[in-house]
Amino acid sequence: MSKKQKKMLLKIIIALVLTAIIRVMLIFVPMEYSFMLGKLEIKWLQLILFLIPYIVVGSDIVKKAFKGIKNRQVCDENFLMAVATIGAFALGEFFEGVAVILFYQIGELFQSYAVGKSRRNISELMDIRPDYAMIERDGELVSVDPDEVEIGSIIVIRPGDKIPLDGIIEEGRTTINTCAITGESVPRTVDVGDEVISGCVNLSGAIKVRTTTNFGESTAAKILDLVENASSRKSKSENFISRFAKIYTPAVCIGALLLAVLPPLFMLIIGNDPQWFEWVYRGLTFLVISCPCALVISIPLTFFAGIGGAGKAGVLIKGSNYLELLSKTKYILFDKTGTVTQGVFEVAGLHHNEMENDKLLEIAAKVEANSNHPIAKSIVAAYGKKVDFSDVSDYEETFGYGITAKVGEDFVAIGNHRLMEKYNVDYVDCHSVGTVVHVAINDKYAGHILISDIVKPNSKLAIERLKKLGMKKLTMLTGDKEAVAKDVCDKLAIEDYHSSLLPEDKVTWVEKTIEEKNEKDIVAFVGDGINDAPVLSRADIGIAMGGLGADAAIEAADVVLMDDDPLKISKAIGISQKCMRIVYENIGVSLGIKAICLILGAFGIANMWMAIFADVGVMVIAVLNAIRALKVSNI
Amino acid sequence: MKKTYKIEVDCANCANKMEEAAKKTEGVKDCTVNFMALKMIVEFEDGADEKSVMKAVLKNCKKVEDDCEIEI
Repeated sequence: MSKKQKKMLLKIIIALVLTAIIRVMLIFVPMEYSFMLGKLEIKWLQLILFLIPYIVVGSDIVKKAFKGIKNRQVCDENFLMAVATIGAFALGEFFEGVAVILFYQIGELFQSYAVGKSRRNISELMDIRPDYAMIERDGELVSVDPDEVEIGSIIVIRPGDKIPLDGIIEEGRTTINTCAITGESVPRTVDVGDEVISGCVNLSGAIKVRTTTNFGESTAAKILDLVENASSRKSKSENFISRFAKIYTPAVCIGALLLAVLPPLFMLIIGNDPQWFEWVYRGLTFLVISCPCALVISIPLTFFAGIGGAGKAGVLIKGSNYLELLSKTKYILFDKTGTVTQGVFEVAGLHHNEMENDKLLEIAAKVEANSNHPIAKSIVAAYGKKVDFSDVSDYEETFGYGITAKVGEDFVAIGNHRLMEKYNVDYVDCHSVGTVVHVAINDKYAGHILISDIVKPNSKLAIERLKKLGMKKLTMLTGDKEAVAKDVCDKLAIEDYHSSLLPEDKVTWVEKTIEEKNEKDIVAFVGDGINDAPVLSRADIGIAMGGLGADAAIEAADVVLMDDDPLKISKAIGISQKCMRIVYENIGVSLGIKAICLILGAFGIANMWMAIFADVGVMVIAVLNAIRALKVSNI
Repeated sequence: MKKTYKIEVDCANCANKMEEAAKKTEGVKDCTVNFMALKMIVEFEDGADEKSVMKAVLKNCKKVEDDCEIEI
């Protein structure tokens, strides 16, 4: 608890005890007899007695209300409460007046405690900010601020330390816990040459790492920045609530005033007893009931908790608005490679080649060594030896086609059938299912390399779960051949696919889906971020997978999945749906209870105690419900 | 130019009010208040002097919400 909260708690306890004593005293000590006082004097005595706890606990509210009036900010909660309680005192309902302000303050305290607690919870969840980095200086380990470490420095990470900066291991091997970043609890083993990511925890052995980023650009810093700024982008529901509160509060003030004044005036006109007391009391009850705190606090709290909980599970959502859109997603378009399949390719065979297998693979590896494409990597991996690409020149990579380069004096083209057609090479297609990489040397066909991709182990389960979450259509988009696409879709039970697409065709398909759907449905695109940044930004919601490392994807996507487990897609949507359910529950329940109580209050059935429940009770329920959004482990 | 400031405020509605007050301040192009992270992100107009603008922002915020604080 903060200092302010403690002070408030103390005030509440004092006021509570005082009120209880006064109340009990009034019951057991019949004043008329003991003090020989008249009725009026007793009232005055009661007023003075009850004013003590009222001033203790409610003076700052009255003060704020007056300041509000002075600054022309009438009709906020403080004003509502001040008017209601002062009104109750004026009517001689001292006990109820004190009770209203007391419970209101208890509710406020509870709310600020809950908000503070979830704020702390979330920052603990995202506790990936490294405090120090260890560097070796003159044979001694010195700890420095991660901000001061330059790119390319060697840092030492001891077991138990948080990895302060992204880098590549130079020395040592260890296991690291990536849970804080990816949500994955199984530790990862890393060795010399592997990349380590800031924010993870080194578990078993000391390693020396050459840093590849400075602190501001490191994964940990970027994620922190993302999460902290996430709730600045407000969702429609949040905007609705703040607009709503702006109209709502003055409206109920006027309503309460009319309720207190009109019926008695009407009674006067038709010649009946105006019953001023009764109607003013009803007007005050109306005011207390209508306080909008339950809504204005619980909605942003729910979004905040939802985004925090998702972050803990390795799903970064860039803003409340995206959380809302994600929950309405009905169409998902997937990229194939790296999203539903591992993108770890294996060379399955070399066909139709005239030269020796090793020679062909060597030439291919030389050309592909500079590319980041997973297929290129697999060819380099299949070659197995260190690639000497000193004789490679005029390297050119065309997305959707392939690579051309000069190896020595030979012009080599490696890519798909489109590339072959471009150079008028007679190519032979392959009968096996897989990605075919054709190789042409000096515009003459030199054979092809068959590469097969492996479906991710969780892909099938993820698709099943997505269907259960109410997706209307799942579509796979791929640059691969028809046969490969069909094979993958059959295995995963995806009903729709489009194959042989260029990156720009994927944009076209996303646009087409957006045009054809209902206005309310949302179209999401899931990709691994490698050369699909345009598609990610074109879809209503772009989801990038395995966000670690692919900076362009983190920029372009609205939701970033920290590792490449496809189950995270269904998890992200599940979290968003749960969160929005809580938002609607809170709007529904609090408005519903308030509406019922308002009607009862207007007819004089609800008294001040019920009003207190409608205000404070509903708020407590709404806040507790909002905190549920933090828990995402069972989705 | 965008800058982030730490703020102190008690309720979500008050944070909204601060946001609006800041938006209306001269020299401020746009402003978002993040109640949950207790942060105010201010985008200044070109050529505005941040320090004096932020002083005005704080003054305007105090008008609508007496209890608020901005760490300038």
